[in-house]
Amino acid sequence: MTAIYKRELRSFFVTPIGYVFIAMFLAVSSFAFCMCTLLAGMEASVSSYFTFELVIMALMTPMLTMKSMAEERKQKTEQLLLTAPITLPGFVVAKFLASYTMFAVTFLVTCINFPIMFAYLSDMNLYRYNAVTALGGCIALLLIGAVFISVGLLISSLTENQMVAAIGTLTALAALLAAAIANQYIGFAPLRAFLSWLSVYSRFSNFAKGYFDIAALIYYASFAAVCIFITVRIYEKRRWS
Amino acid sequence: MLKVENLVKKYGDKYAVNDISFTVKDREVVGFLGPNGAGKTTVMNIITGYLSYTSGACTVDVYEILENPTEAKKLIGYLPDEPPLYPEMTVNEYLNFVYELKGCTLNRDKHIMEVCEVTKIVDMRQRLIGNLSKGYKQRVGIAQALIGNPKIIILDEPTVGLDPKQIIEIRNLVRSLGRDHTVILSTHVLSEVQAVCDRIIIMNKGRIVADERTDRLTELMSGTRRLSVRIKGNKKEIQEMLTGIENVTYVEASRDVTQPDGINFRIESKDGADVREAIFFACAERKLPITAMETVTSTLEDVFMNVTRENAKKKVKTK
Repeated sequence: MTAIYKRELRSFFVTPIGYVFIAMFLAVSSFAFCMCTLLAGMEASVSSYFTFELVIMALMTPMLTMKSMAEERKQKTEQLLLTAPITLPGFVVAKFLASYTMFAVTFLVTCINFPIMFAYLSDMNLYRYNAVTALGGCIALLLIGAVFISVGLLISSLTENQMVAAIGTLTALAALLAAAIANQYIGFAPLRAFLSWLSVYSRFSNFAKGYFDIAALIYYASFAAVCIFITVRIYEKRRWS
Repeated sequence: MLKVENLVKKYGDKYAVNDISFTVKDREVVGFLGPNGAGKTTVMNIITGYLSYTSGACTVDVYEILENPTEAKKLIGYLPDEPPLYPEMTVNEYLNFVYELKGCTLNRDKHIMEVCEVTKIVDMRQRLIGNLSKGYKQRVGIAQALIGNPKIIILDEPTVGLDPKQIIEIRNLVRSLGRDHTVILSTHVLSEVQAVCDRIIIMNKGRIVADERTDRLTELMSGTRRLSVRIKGNKKEIQEMLTGIENVTYVEASRDVTQPDGINFRIESKDGADVREAIFFACAERKLPITAMETVTSTLEDVFMNVTRENAKKKVKTK
């Protein structure tokens, strides 16, 4: 399992994908950070930065997951991994952790922005409020990253084609986020309740308000776990049919 | 070492493997032979745990592949029909990765070096796999299967797409592996199994149609003994003389233009009777010089065509 994890992480850096992801993610996040907090004459808002960050993540994490399963299948290296003495869940989890490490490390680098900004805050009350919001938001985003990557992994395992995996993941993540927007226009109450329960974004809005929502964190973690479980089942099923 | 019992693999309603059973002993080199689509690869994929079977059992040493997959897989090194290589890795990195993947406990550098030496890729260790030629990729694929010194080595068409020199090298390698490993290889090249394997399992349409030792199989099929004799002299006279010899059932003459030193005769005798001496004395009596004589053993090609054809015939009958 560690062998797969290490190889997968390495593969990000022998191909341009790792560098491109890190560079783009840092650049776009920093730009969003400046726009939301440092621009003169505008309200400095940590929560609107987090909303931007959520969209940036949805756009960029498919880059990490698109090849993880699809490429193995296309290159037939999958056969090596699946006939090696490791378990199927071990294989999928190693893949997940490799992509997740890429995301999490890059994301944590963007968080350096917060201490620097807070160092210049003089109002103690404002500091406290913003610091708590920032901490809660970062934790939530780290977990939402796990959700996005597990969705990407699941879709990547369905195809041999990286492009199909990337576009499929983008669509799925866009749908996950758009569920919240679509929600406002749905008249049918039970469906509306279901969508807001499912929506990754609606649950995140609590964090943006500075409210630490443990239920949401559990929801994100379970969402990722279910996606990983389904990916394992997909592989299991392929062996049988 | 390996025991396959009543193995069935169905894809929908289609049988890819239909009720096959065989056992492979320790240090035996077994060749799987069959036309494309006979089910060879499917059987290998099942043994290695890549695919599941519909019914039956497949036991590696003492471990059932579906019940104890991790233990069973530790005993097997597998080269699939396409070598599972990462083009962006160097040979050395790749073999190190496989070493970790298989959870080996042998001395790492020494073991990898040994494997490289056996497969003759020592000079290629720092090269990117993506830049290697097909022959070298195939060798890296075999090296990968050898990592961890597994008891059973399974090679799916190891010589496909190689040049004749490489084919001979790979064959020699397989033969030397057979000294302390159990080797199962599949191929549709008949001379290959004849050259390398102790035992041949012929598959056709998902079934085993023959399972014999290599030498026995050819022997079995040659119920009639055939001779090819070249004799100098008058064609008609020789033909009359030959047909007069006891036990000779069939004589056919052909003058080969490239051989000016006589006429070729194809002679078959009853029940494998040896008629060589009789021919010699008959010729000596008439002062007809024999310039060449050889026994024609039926090749595996004959055997193969025979078995697969018989199988097809049986099917028609049962319908």
